[in-house]
Amino acid sequence: MKSLRNFLDKKKPLFLPGGKLSKFGSTFGAFETFLFTPNHTSKTGSHIHDTIDLKRTMTVVIIALLPTLLFGSWNIGYQNGLAFGVERSIIENFIFGFLKVLPIMIVSYGVGLGIEFIVAQIRGHEVNEGFLVTGILIPLILPVNIPLWMVALATAFAVIFGKEIFGGTGYNVMNVALIARAFLFFAYPSEMSGDLVWVYDLAGNTPVDGFSGATPLAYAAQNASSEIASFKDMFLGLIPGSIGETSTLAVLIGAAVLIFTGIGSWKIMLATVLGTLFMGGICNLFPANEYMSIPAYTHLVMGGFAFGAVFMATDPVTASSTEKGKWIYGFMIGILVVLIRVFNPAYPEGMMLAILLMNVWAPLIDYFVIEGHVKRRLKRAKIKANA
Amino acid sequence: MLKDNKLLLLPFTKKTTLFEFNMSETIKLRKGLNIKLQGGAKPEVETLPLPLKVALKPTDFQGLTPKLNVKADDLVKAGDALFFDKYHPEIRYTAPVGGKVVSVNRGERRKILEIVIETDAKAGSVEFKKADPKALSGDEVKELLLQSGMWPFIKRRPYGVIASPSEKPLSIYISTFDTAPLAPDYSFVMKGQLGTFQTGIDALGRLTDGKVYLGITPDSAFAKIKNVVVNTFSGPHPAGNVGVQIANTNPINKGEVVWTVNVQDVLFIGRVFETGKVDFTKVFALTGSEVENPKYYKTVAGAPVASVVEGKLKKSENKQRIISGNVLTGTKVSKDCYLGYYDSQITVIPEGDNYEFLGWAMPRFNKFSFSHAYFSWLNKNKSYVADANLNGEERAFVVTGQYEKVVPMDILPVHLLKAIIADDIDKMEQLGIYEIIEEDLALCEFVCTSKIEVQKLVRKGINLMIKEMGS
Repeated sequence: MKSLRNFLDKKKPLFLPGGKLSKFGSTFGAFETFLFTPNHTSKTGSHIHDTIDLKRTMTVVIIALLPTLLFGSWNIGYQNGLAFGVERSIIENFIFGFLKVLPIMIVSYGVGLGIEFIVAQIRGHEVNEGFLVTGILIPLILPVNIPLWMVALATAFAVIFGKEIFGGTGYNVMNVALIARAFLFFAYPSEMSGDLVWVYDLAGNTPVDGFSGATPLAYAAQNASSEIASFKDMFLGLIPGSIGETSTLAVLIGAAVLIFTGIGSWKIMLATVLGTLFMGGICNLFPANEYMSIPAYTHLVMGGFAFGAVFMATDPVTASSTEKGKWIYGFMIGILVVLIRVFNPAYPEGMMLAILLMNVWAPLIDYFVIEGHVKRRLKRAKIKANA
Repeated sequence: MLKDNKLLLLPFTKKTTLFEFNMSETIKLRKGLNIKLQGGAKPEVETLPLPLKVALKPTDFQGLTPKLNVKADDLVKAGDALFFDKYHPEIRYTAPVGGKVVSVNRGERRKILEIVIETDAKAGSVEFKKADPKALSGDEVKELLLQSGMWPFIKRRPYGVIASPSEKPLSIYISTFDTAPLAPDYSFVMKGQLGTFQTGIDALGRLTDGKVYLGITPDSAFAKIKNVVVNTFSGPHPAGNVGVQIANTNPINKGEVVWTVNVQDVLFIGRVFETGKVDFTKVFALTGSEVENPKYYKTVAGAPVASVVEGKLKKSENKQRIISGNVLTGTKVSKDCYLGYYDSQITVIPEGDNYEFLGWAMPRFNKFSFSHAYFSWLNKNKSYVADANLNGEERAFVVTGQYEKVVPMDILPVHLLKAIIADDIDKMEQLGIYEIIEEDLALCEFVCTSKIEVQKLVRKGINLMIKEMGS
């Protein structure tokens, strides 16, 4: 490690202002701080600082995402096997799927980080860590058959128009990964919806008899609730769907990591679940059609609900920033998911739109929470003045 | 933290018979964080000889514009004014010891940094009026405090600046315990001096029509102090911060002024009334993982840092950081500096100006983190060695909900800081700038993932308030 450090120290002047390669200063900085935690010490204020930093925070989120990535990879192989009647072992299924996911991840990271590095260089500041998580989130919320050029296009659109024009990580209004997905959803609907996109190679090929590739949400939207997979299958994730979203169990493992480390807000996760059960419960009370009568808790295991509630809704930059606001924000997501799923025939899945909508609303929620806080403080002063 | 409705009711209960009941009730603060560090002071006091030099530093006093009374080579007695406040000429800053003024050190734009006195034990002291404060009027007490240079020990909230002699404080708050990392134990430090402390309290009581509030821990020796209202607090740091104690009993509203005094500084005030002389002797805790044998030292305020730390630090090849004060709020000093006027603690920690290979990915068993993203949660009782490394680079606000966990006040810290960043005076006022000073949000700076300079921001906001609104 000493020699690596010495090498970096020797090369560093080249990248500093005035150096030959100063144009690549941010790039050098990104790699240097990746390899070595910097030697910066406190200049003002507190002399000691917590060991946590944004790199560690993002690393923990990536670790929390690993179960969904591993399961999702396996499920690609498994669903493909089901569709075409191929028998594979667990390892074979995983390898089959992982080889499909890997190119999507490479494209997503390559395009996203590329843009991040260039923008950081233009602006002359450090490369932010935000995309480390976004880069893995994007593949996990896409269907496996997505063409790679679409991944590249969507990632570029999301990073540039969803984040960089606002000022980069920490300043974006909407979740970057969801913007990528929404972009594809509206720009290339045929690649992002229907029954054929969720299982590898299903389009254009004939599956075995009885295999349709439709997701539980699609059946539910057709009011064919008898066709919906069993709760157990949906909970475990043995269903077609976006790469990382199918297994509620894998998501729950991730949720445990996020909650235990304190990096994901349990308030938002819980509020989202409560909101869904609340709205789902109301539907159950007035079952005007089959979809309205499916038990409210089924929403928790269908589609991208669990994945969205744990990994997307909790994005601290785009969620409510007040603690009270987090309850309202999560609860509203829960309500909107059910509303969009049950009452909007055009969109079988509601999680993406519910979160994006509440991302936009989050500042308004915070505004009212802060107003309430200010009013309470003023009342305190008045009571004292009158006492 | 108190329930909100209870907070609203408190102003009533203070005036009714329920008051007695409140006195005995312990206010439990749940939010906050105790950072356990190695190098706590053993309960043992060593008295140091009178240092060769002592300095008074105008820079220790927020917002002060000093006007000199002395020049180099002047002879002064302890208690002679060295300088005064240009805008409040009645506030005098007096020599802590007698001797010869050897130099007035100036910095950029001739700003006065330190007035250095070569001490002379035979120089003597100015004789002030010896009196029982209870027999004096408020104005007489005030006059004596101003004359003897005790006034600068009285600070005011809002803003944590020196109190103005012309204003009437609602009340005076004194915290008798410090919960900061490695902080001195004042029950130990003040042992045998509670009588003088009582005299100081009685003097301060003359300055307000309201009450003197004493914040104590359960079973504290300070519970015996009379003519005060005792509030008992329990909980992690910052429970010992006087600002937190005010916020949880009588939070400051717009237009209200509360005065605060540090616990050892009350002794200085008491001594003037008891002896008629100034005596700035105080006990410093020399603490930190780089100190060979951490314990308490008795010396005089403004003593050279070297006179306390020389020969007492561990031999180390790595750089050491000497802090006048605690690790959260203190000032970085070198051996040729002088101790801070209000400080009761010196902490020495490793500088930590080294690189760590893939530090963010390592388990880091030996480093403390408030989050569970590292493994310090495995052993709650472990004491850590903390260095001054930032452990990361500064970033935009990303993670939310962190600051709120360490601020036991009815305040939205992140939103208050954002108002400060935006120079939004109305919002700062609405969100509670009057209730805080740097130390109250120091833990936010410690836990911050984005390494934001919280305390610097707080002072920026306060300075803007003073500039725009007057004090």
